[in-house]
Amino acid sequence: MSKQLLTSIAKALLIARWKQTLVAAIGVTFSITMFITLLSFMSGLNDLLDGLILNRTAHIRMFNDIKPNENQPIKLAHKDNEGHDFIESIKSDGNRLAIYNSGAIMESLQKDNRVLGYSPKISTQVFFNDGNIDINGSIFGIEPIQETKLFHFDEYVTSGNSADLSKINNSIILGKGLATKLLANIGDAIQVTTSKGERFQLKVVGVFQSGIKDFDNVQSYASIKTVQKIMAQPNNYITDIQVKLKDIKMAPTMAKEYQKLYETDAEDIQTANSQFETGSSIRTLISYSVGITLLIVAGFGIYNILNMMIFEKMDSIAILKATGFSGQDVKRIFIYIAVSIGIFGGLVGLLLGFGLTSIIDQIPFNTAALPTIKTYPINYNPKFYMIGIVFSLITTYLAGWFPARKASKIDPVIIIRGK
Amino acid sequence: MSEIILEAKNINKFFTDPIRIQVLNNINFSINKGEFVSLTGKSGCGKSTLLYILSTMDTDYDGILWIDQMEMPKKNEPLLAKVRNEKIGFVFQFHYLLNEFNVLNNVMLPGLKLKKYSTEEVEHKAMEKLKILGISHLALKKANQVSGGEKQRVAIARALINDPLIIMGDEPTGNLDKKNSDLVFDIFNELSSEYHQTLLIVTHDPSFAERTHRIIHMVDGKIDN
Repeated sequence: MSKQLLTSIAKALLIARWKQTLVAAIGVTFSITMFITLLSFMSGLNDLLDGLILNRTAHIRMFNDIKPNENQPIKLAHKDNEGHDFIESIKSDGNRLAIYNSGAIMESLQKDNRVLGYSPKISTQVFFNDGNIDINGSIFGIEPIQETKLFHFDEYVTSGNSADLSKINNSIILGKGLATKLLANIGDAIQVTTSKGERFQLKVVGVFQSGIKDFDNVQSYASIKTVQKIMAQPNNYITDIQVKLKDIKMAPTMAKEYQKLYETDAEDIQTANSQFETGSSIRTLISYSVGITLLIVAGFGIYNILNMMIFEKMDSIAILKATGFSGQDVKRIFIYIAVSIGIFGGLVGLLLGFGLTSIIDQIPFNTAALPTIKTYPINYNPKFYMIGIVFSLITTYLAGWFPARKASKIDPVIIIRGK
Repeated sequence: MSEIILEAKNINKFFTDPIRIQVLNNINFSINKGEFVSLTGKSGCGKSTLLYILSTMDTDYDGILWIDQMEMPKKNEPLLAKVRNEKIGFVFQFHYLLNEFNVLNNVMLPGLKLKKYSTEEVEHKAMEKLKILGISHLALKKANQVSGGEKQRVAIARALINDPLIIMGDEPTGNLDKKNSDLVFDIFNELSSEYHQTLLIVTHDPSFAERTHRIIHMVDGKIDN
């Protein structure tokens, strides 16, 4: 109906005092910019810390644990379950670390549509021989392509190429600490001795740095085939299957399911890294409380600026009412004014927030613990931008609505007489 | 003989802040169509207060008010706004134009709100009113760029735009020099004699009041006969 007239009045009021409008819009812009920047930066840092664990940990790890056999022979004699059996001196059973039927398990994992991917793994203890020194260490047999796809393996390889593991026979990628101790460079050959006393020569094709020094001092990677060869095992010998799921939250239930289905041990990430869970949820809590605080402070800022702006226009309200505009019309005009400031200021705020975070994203950030991180991390989550614009609309709407409602209710004479 | 277009019955009003004072005491009167009435009295006698009640801009009173034979409800704000828009043209002491708009738009606004005519027609009518008042050359100037006397004439043009039943003025000449107040009076007089416009003007200028058809004199919140 009279919408067009009201919007044109609102527009005229906005443009006529463009400096004041600009100040109000800048207030909104500033608040939204700060909100976007801080939240993107904080959650970027948070994701970085989460990624330290999440990127290289399997959601479910299947393996055969060293533990006593649950089916002790006496159970066969007491099938009726009456009374208690007391057995002493039970020993753990660790003869076979390999997963039974690993090929079939992997095949069925391939078909499971809850699974993002899996990667087989073998771990074995070896000695690295350097002259007359033997360094205790371990070798993981991996499939470099899968490992890179699921666990960002190549990001930790600081020199050399992870793919060379499968291309070059008998090759190895050493931890940085280990490489330093062995004085080994890419292209060098090193010697390892297995626990069974066999000697093997391996070619160094790369060096990795995980950020955890203890790990880098003893750890190395080779292809599954190479490790099977070192251990003199057949090519179905797999000690671990690492599974990455589409939804990490399903890990505990699926781990139980796999344990039953495949008759192996299965451990989920939540159980294996409970301290990580706590840390992560506390960090999330901190970012939320900072975010909410920011929004509240910004909200009051926006509210104040707009409130003042509308009270300055009380005169105009009186004139409009005296010449026949109803309270409803006046309210609409001021809500148009407030919301257009909200939209304009909010959108510019989003843009500036994006700009500011992009700048932070360029600031160098080097730390030994995180070899792959070169600049400060930023999370460009569209959710923050949505919250930002919705919030600026809501606060400006309310900031327009409250004073406008008050002004629309009173008789025009009260404003006129107050002059 | 002629029809009554505004009637007030038993109007009482109290100010309660800081203490309860009766400002209007049992006001009864009516205005016929085509009358040019002035409301006079000393400062503080309640004449402006009465005018604001009559113009529906103040609803905090006791008594009954009829405009165009319709009783004015106190609680129905949108209806009162509509009455002000259609039937009353108001001229303030301090012109009260919207500085954000130019002269023409100021005059057009109540007409656009009425929505009886298209924008072009309203614009045409506004230009006509400005011509009658001899200020059509100012149409595209900003409201705050014209002189005091001119502003008052713009305000009168705005009051006329919807062809109201009655024009009310709250000391429209109170802030003007002799020359300009004579000009404004002449305009009112011309509206009254040529267009038979009903006018109710509050003034404390005796020379202004003497020249109107009828004087309502107020003393201490009462009409003094």
